[in-house]
This record gives sequence, structure tokens and C-alpha cells, in this order.
Amino acid sequence: MTGGRIAKIFLGIFFLGLLATPRFIKRISSPHEVDRSTAGAATALARHGFYLQEVSHAAGINFVHQAPALDPKLAPIMPEVASMGASVSIVDFDRDGWPDIYVTNSAIGSKNCLYRNMGDGRFKDVAAELGIADVNQSGTGVSTGAVWGDYDNDGYEDLFLIKWGRPELYHNDHGHGFTRVTEQAGMPAWINANTALWFDYDGDGLLDLFVGGYYAENIDLWHLTTTRIMPDSFEYAKNGGRKYLFHNLGNGKFEEVSAKLGINSRRWALAAAAADLRGTGHPDLFVANDYGVSELYFNDGKRFREVGQQTGVGFAPKSGMNAAFGDILNQGRYAVYVSNISEDGVLIQGNNLWMPKQGTTGDAILYENLARDFGVELGGWSFGAQFGDLNNDGTLDLYLANGYVSLDRKRSYWYDFSKVAGGNTTIIGDAKNWPAFDGRSLSGYQTKRVWLNDGAGKFIDVAQAVGVTDTYDGRSVALVDLWNRGVLDVVVANQNGPLLVYKNTVAPENEWIEFQLEGTKSNRSAIGTQITLFWNGQEQVQEVSGGSGFSAQNDRRLHFGLGKNPRIEKAVIRWPSGKIETIEQPVIHQLYTVKEPA
Amino acid sequence: MSRQVSAPVMPLQTPVQGKPLFHIDNRYIAPAFITCILLAGHLSFGMLESYQKTLLAIVTSISMELVLGRIFFRKWLHPASAYITGISVGILVRSPAFWPYALCSAISITSKYVLRVKDRHIWNPSNFGISVMLFLAAETVATLSIQWGNYLWPMLVIWALGSAIIWRLHRFHITGVYVASFVVLAFLRSWMTGSPWQSELAPITGPMYQLFIFFMITDPKTTVRSKRGQCIVVFLIALLEMVLRLRRVVYAPFYALFIVGPAAMLAEIWLDARRANSAQAVAAQ
Repeated sequence: MTGGRIAKIFLGIFFLGLLATPRFIKRISSPHEVDRSTAGAATALARHGFYLQEVSHAAGINFVHQAPALDPKLAPIMPEVASMGASVSIVDFDRDGWPDIYVTNSAIGSKNCLYRNMGDGRFKDVAAELGIADVNQSGTGVSTGAVWGDYDNDGYEDLFLIKWGRPELYHNDHGHGFTRVTEQAGMPAWINANTALWFDYDGDGLLDLFVGGYYAENIDLWHLTTTRIMPDSFEYAKNGGRKYLFHNLGNGKFEEVSAKLGINSRRWALAAAAADLRGTGHPDLFVANDYGVSELYFNDGKRFREVGQQTGVGFAPKSGMNAAFGDILNQGRYAVYVSNISEDGVLIQGNNLWMPKQGTTGDAILYENLARDFGVELGGWSFGAQFGDLNNDGTLDLYLANGYVSLDRKRSYWYDFSKVAGGNTTIIGDAKNWPAFDGRSLSGYQTKRVWLNDGAGKFIDVAQAVGVTDTYDGRSVALVDLWNRGVLDVVVANQNGPLLVYKNTVAPENEWIEFQLEGTKSNRSAIGTQITLFWNGQEQVQEVSGGSGFSAQNDRRLHFGLGKNPRIEKAVIRWPSGKIETIEQPVIHQLYTVKEPA
Repeated sequence: MSRQVSAPVMPLQTPVQGKPLFHIDNRYIAPAFITCILLAGHLSFGMLESYQKTLLAIVTSISMELVLGRIFFRKWLHPASAYITGISVGILVRSPAFWPYALCSAISITSKYVLRVKDRHIWNPSNFGISVMLFLAAETVATLSIQWGNYLWPMLVIWALGSAIIWRLHRFHITGVYVASFVVLAFLRSWMTGSPWQSELAPITGPMYQLFIFFMITDPKTTVRSKRGQCIVVFLIALLEMVLRLRRVVYAPFYALFIVGPAAMLAEIWLDARRANSAQAVAAQ
């Protein structure tokens, strides 16, 4: 045999090896990242330390979201343009110590629900009697989200209703009812938004409000004058809705100051969250945009600077649909989780887990996307996600809802989507150029992700193993200790689907501690207050949020899982006013109610 | 080691007529053009997932070419062809992982040395590599589709520049026949399926097609020799693409080229052999 023939044989073997490489990589990587077993509660408890059971019906919750029916000119692609609106937010609106659930509906004439927690395992819808149910009326648009914050510091959480339509601000009348104060407060006549959040950007003790527009605000989606309402680019669109920053003047009125303070964007915002990322005492603002890059605004207290590219989070355009913060490595720093789209063989954007780079802090902070390394990159057509310690082992886990349009299981719209999405702006910008859905699904019937954090830089998907087996089109996720048991339950709002309440059962040996905060000099909701908990030689920071995830708001109470046999050194509370308070050796298994010292 | 195969020559080597004011070696035109597209796309739109991934694809491609060329042809091959393959992989492959970029380049270049008939490689390397990756690693790999702005002016600039360069290289007829075929067949598809004609035309206005029509279907090494044959082949590619599109195949153009390209090459090789045999028979008489 000649040398040339031998070389050719080796080359052929090498070539076959190259072709076999993808299968090999898939084989060696997948077993570590997913537990697909469905062995039941006992096994899940033993293996993962928790189990989730869907209990909505048993709890008296029978809510099914209805999508909007927009202008008939959009009928061929209605499933896509009417694909959002389901949301959930947690609030104790009557201050009875039991967290309540508010959910939005999105069809004209449909009702939103406020599920009052009766404390006995059951919930009762009181939205109608309190005046915040019938809010989706013809001519005023429909709900797409809700965030709660005590804007007048009277001790009761007020409601800002995010809409495609006329946004609404409702004052909470001491838990006995709600009064509509939209016009008096100075809210705009019409927006098409999916995200808003309460935060005190200037530290004056009054909650301000950020609202991120999606469709341009001059579009009435029920009475279109043109079908040119779609994004002008699928990755670089800048023809979306404007942003609003409402500065709270303290007299029940708000002043819109976004442009004055440096927020000028017409990207298609889908999610926003605020946290003090640099230790300045001022909350910075992260905005995840569809059809483009994310934006990060550094807040100097009086002015915002967009630093997305500078920090690394705003360079690669994707389809941002979520913004959530979590100290996932217990190092006192937040990671930011942004969800995007991944569909096998068609579009692999991958979700982003923005981790602060080691050695970078303050204004020089840099982020790198470590979603792949941590195993939280691929979640299908991902929407809302929240960090929380689901098994009380001392590290933050991640719950992700996903699935876009679930219609005919056997027919997909992906071919049509990919065909038109890559086209020129004159084509894609006009809805009439889009092929009809014709009952097809688009990334529908997807299985959810419950990523369990091993604390060492790896997340494992245990959704199926711990009881999360639904395949609804998930949108909004909120985490809350619904029954004051020291565990985080999960509430999920699904588009065109039921509200799911996953009751959590956690292995009893894993301990916990919770904090309920109330500001005095700071805003009374304590939004923006940070707690850093030090135990067993580690620390974890959490912050009270005025809205995070996708169209969602977690419970304002902060929940820390502690693992087995914890020894807590201290809890350091930093209020938005700048006050620092330290609780030495707090006791485990307790809900601490802390009022900001005068 | 005996020399079994002829060294791959650089694509786009057609001589230029006339005396230009300044001369650019044709080997550098295509790499220069695709580099400009890459840089313009990245600087204006952030098109690349990262510099590192594209760099990895290019380095892998060139390294493979140099090593395999050294082993099988005992010389260092000019890297222009491998550079085009690498940069095409870097632009077209979309994956959050690094390994698909290296693997796709490696498969693309190696295919030139393995999948040969009568001393000719029969698949366009990057078309082969990308198609194989889409078949075998669909959960990790997609190709460029919407990651480049959908705006008009970059498209016009690339079309104008690309057409001029392809004209200079005497291969504009390939691009022209393909585009004309696509447009006609797009209207036919629209009539057959009821989809808006704009949606059927949309793909060719996107960036993926700009790379496809200027770099893949015009590759001299994997197209038949006669001008007429090239026009027929490229029409058949457009025709098969239409059939695949009617079957709702997302990557119809890649797969159409993947199937028609080698089939045409094999047909030409078979016809060449038949002609040679006939000529020998005539000579023997």
C-alpha cells in the first residue's frame, strides 16, 4: 500500500470523525444538563430537594387568559401580533399578611382578576368589587401587565396598569377599593407597552415610574390606518414605542422626564428591571428589547446614561423578552438574565446570562454572557424568567416560561417566519406582506425549564422531574411564598391559557429566612432596598423590586434559602435613603418585618 | 507519497481583458469583497456573534487547507480559497457555541480532499459544511437569517458591488439567471400558495442570499464549465429550491445547491469520460 493511499484512508477516517462530532458532543453534554425523569414527588424531594404541584383549581383559581382580537386587517397574522398580554403580579393589597395575586386579561370585555389570599389555601377574586376588573373596554384598549407600588406612601400598594391602550393608575384606598387617578396623575392618553416598573430613581422617597413602549404610541391596534406597524428590522428596529419616565412630584402628580434625563429610545421594549448594579445607591435600569439590543442605563441619581455597548450587554441584537437580576454565585453581585429565541435548526439566539466580569466594578463594570457555560442558554422561545431559591439550598435557581403560539401541533409557521423575517424593511414592515398563520404553531407546546443551581456555576433543568410538565404558552412568572411557609411558590400566566399556581414542597432540612421591609424616609414599599445576608462564610444580595421578569412582579418580601444547618452571621439592609442597618445573627425559619429606622 | 489528486486552484481566476490603471490579482477580489461585507455588516449592525468565532472559522479553514495541501500536494497552497470558505462559515453559521464554527470549517475544507471524483471536488465546500451542520447539529446551529439589518441601502451597495465584481470575473450570467429564475418562481409560488408575493420575494432581499448568489453558486471549482451549462444548472438550483420551498424547507437554497451542484458535476464528468472514450474509439479506428 502506498503512502498516498494510507494518507487517504486516514483522511477518510478523519472526515468520518468530523461528521460524527456533533452527535458525540450532544451525547456527552446532555445527561448533565437535564433530568427528564418523572418519578414523582418523593423522588424529586430526595434528588432535588423540592417538588412543585399545580393547585390552581384546588385553590379556587380558574382564570383563563383571553388574547386580544385586533384590527381585522391583522387577521392573517393575529396569533403573532396578539401573542402577549398575560401577566401576573404579586401584592398584599390589604396588608393582611397574605400575598395576593393580580392577573391581566387582554380581550375587549374580558376581566382582570385580583385573587385575595384567604389564608386557608384558597383564593377569592375581589377585582370586580374593588373596581379593577372591568378595565379592558372598547376604546380604551386592553391590559398587558401590572405593577404595584405605594406612590403616595400611605402604606397601601397602588396599581399601575400597563396596556395596549389607555394606561391606568389606580389609588389603593386602604385595601377597601381602588380609585382611578389616571388623568390627575398626568398619565398619557395612549401607549402600547408591555413593561413598566416602580423605582425611586432620584432617592427622594417617592416612587417614580418607568414605562417601556412596544408598538408606537400613535397606533390604535383596533383601528389601524395603515398596516405598516411591524418592526422595520428584525434585529435593529428603532420604530417601536417611546419610553416614559414619570417623576413623582409628591402631590399625586407625575412629570414625564425621560428625554430630559437621557432616556431616548424607540426600540421595542419588552422587559425592564432596576437594581443598583454599581453600588452607587441609585438603581440602574436594564431594558430588554425585542428586535434589537438590550439597553442598560446607568443612573447617577439625576441623569441616565445608556451604556449597553460600553458594558457589553448592548452589542449583539436578539429578541430580549425578560430582565431579571440574581446573585447566582453568592458573591454579592447581580447577574442579569435576558430571554431570547432558540428553535432547533432555524434560529439559535440563545438566552443571555450577563455576569459581571471579575475585577470590574462601578462605572467600569463589564458583563460577559455566560449562559452557555452555566447551562441556561437554550429555553426555546423564552419569555418570563425569575431567580429564586426553589429548594432552599442557599443558591438562586431559575424558572423560565416559554412557548410562543400553540395551535396545530403538526404544522409550523417557522418556514413562513424565516422567509419573511430576513427580507427588506419595505417588506417586513408591512403586516399585509406577511403570510397567513392559517392555524400553524410557532414554537408552540414547549416544555418549561426549572434550572436548579448547583452553586458551582452549573444549572440543571429539572422541570419534568419536579412536576412542571405543562406546555402552555408561558409568559409571565412571579415567585412568592403564598402560604407563609418559608418556601417560594410559582405563579405562571399563560397566553390564551390558564393561570397556573405551583405549590412548592421543600425538603424540611433546608432552612430559610424572609424579610418584609417598610420604608419611612425611603419609599414605603421599600423598593430598591438591598439586603445582603452573610451565612456559612458566604453572602447573597437581594433587592426589593418594583417589577421584573416579563410583565411580572414578584412578592416584595425577600426570601433567602439557607441550606442545611446554617449559621447566619448578619443581615445588612441598605435602604434607598442611604441608611445602613445591620441585624446581627438573625434567627432562621422566621419572617422578619423590618421598618426603616427614623 | 504519490500525487493522487491535482492541487485545488484558486476560484475566480478568469483573466481580465484590457489594461486597467492599476491591477488587482483576481484571487484577491473575492476575499476583499467578502471581507468588506463582513466588516461593514459588523460595524454597522454588529452582525457577527463575536470576532472570535469568525476568526476561529477562518483560522481553522486556512490551517486545514495548509496542512492537507502540504500532505497531499506537498506544497503550501494559496490561502485565498480557504479564507473565503472560513469567512463564509463565520458569517453564515449562527451558534452560541464556538465548536460549530471550527467544525464547520474543518468539514468544509476536508470535503474538498475526500469527496472527489476524477480529481475534482464536487461540492462547494462551505455549502457542504453548512448543510451538514444543519443536518447533524440542528439543536446548536442555524444560519444567518435575520441578523443583518433589513435596510435598503446596505443591500443596494452589496448588490451593486457584488454585481460589478462578478461581472469582472465573467460570472455574472450565473447570478443573473439565478436571480431572474428566483423572481419568476417567487411569483409562481405566490400564485400557487396564496402567500403575498412580497413574502415570496423577501428572502432574496436578505443578506443570506447575497452571500449565496455571489459566492456559493458562482464558485468556479464546483460549477460546470460551459456557460450554457452553468445557466442550466443554476436554473435547476432555483427550480429545486422552489420545490423545497413548497415543502416548507427553511434552508431550501442551501439544500438545492447541495443536491444539484454535485449532480451537475457528476453529469459533466460522465459526459467528459464518454466523449473521451468516443474520441479514443475514433482514434483507434
